[in-house]
Amino acid sequence: MIKNSLIALVLASFVFMFYHLYMSYEPKTELSGIAAHYAEHGAAEVGAANLVTAVVVTYRGFDTMGEVTILFLTASIISFFLKLSKKDEDKVIVHRGTSELLVTASQILIPIIFLFGVYVFINGHLTPGGGFQGGAIIASGVVLSIMANPNREINHHAILWIESISGIFFVIIGILGIFLAGGFLDNRFISLGEFGDLFSAGAIPIIYSLIGLKVGAEISNILNRYQKSQKES
Amino acid sequence: MMEYLNLGKISLLIGFVLILVGFWGLLSQKNIIKIIVSFTILETGINILIVALGWIKGRTAPIIDDSVEQMANHNVMNSIVDPVPQALVLTAIVIGFGVTALLLAYAMKLFRAKRTLEINKFNDLKW
Repeated sequence: MIKNSLIALVLASFVFMFYHLYMSYEPKTELSGIAAHYAEHGAAEVGAANLVTAVVVTYRGFDTMGEVTILFLTASIISFFLKLSKKDEDKVIVHRGTSELLVTASQILIPIIFLFGVYVFINGHLTPGGGFQGGAIIASGVVLSIMANPNREINHHAILWIESISGIFFVIIGILGIFLAGGFLDNRFISLGEFGDLFSAGAIPIIYSLIGLKVGAEISNILNRYQKSQKES
Repeated sequence: MMEYLNLGKISLLIGFVLILVGFWGLLSQKNIIKIIVSFTILETGINILIVALGWIKGRTAPIIDDSVEQMANHNVMNSIVDPVPQALVLTAIVIGFGVTALLLAYAMKLFRAKRTLEINKFNDLKW
């Protein structure tokens, strides 16, 4: 009883706080400060049509690197945490097969899902989307393949190599920006090209493709760990 | 009525409601999986809130193409919403994914330890 009233008290104070925030909220009418700079000069400076991508990959590229690092850390902690003992690792569990419909549909859908993921991260500088979204779509294809065939083993080494290589190249491209252009992760050391083309905006499509591959590999790695932990006794 | 309830206010309201639902779930649920779900609901509410703060009436997404150029006499500054909150939310979503994945891994380990997901059963550190 006392617990419920405490919960009600906490929620009521939140409602009180939100009510005042909500009542005093005035929608903005103009871009202010840094956003105005991004809107005005973003297209000329970075060459990306999608200004969110320009902010994420170039203006705040360092934060994105931290974000990718956090995702990498998550994947490593999960790998460490769900590590199986030698005995469990060698155990073979045969799962019941799934329905014919799911298996057949997954054979058609998985290549399309992968293709769509690649499309999303390659066009990250032109359309809504980008590396993280594309990587998540690719991982959703991996989920479907595991669900269709629960006995499938994901190739652990391939994932590891894709992840490491794309991570290393991400940093190398960032460092190239210091020497060939204005600073770390500056995309202008490759010519900006024509605005709105697929191969434009300097290094952004390359960086976002690397991020997409890395994120896809990391999420698949986490899924692989979850799947394998079923063997744990 | 309509002039008080524009798109910005509606999104703000949805964000606040989701945050409240998330907090209620975090505080009152006993099942660990339900607590994790509450956590993601809370997170979604906060993300909607941040995006809503960048909203400007009558403007479009910050992706510069022909339609944006035609609005407001080729002045990009007067035709797009704020891109910065959207970029921040992109980061927040990825961090949220990482947190959720870790929480699920811990939940799995906890289940293996006691064969239950009831949070009240994990009272080893309680005195």
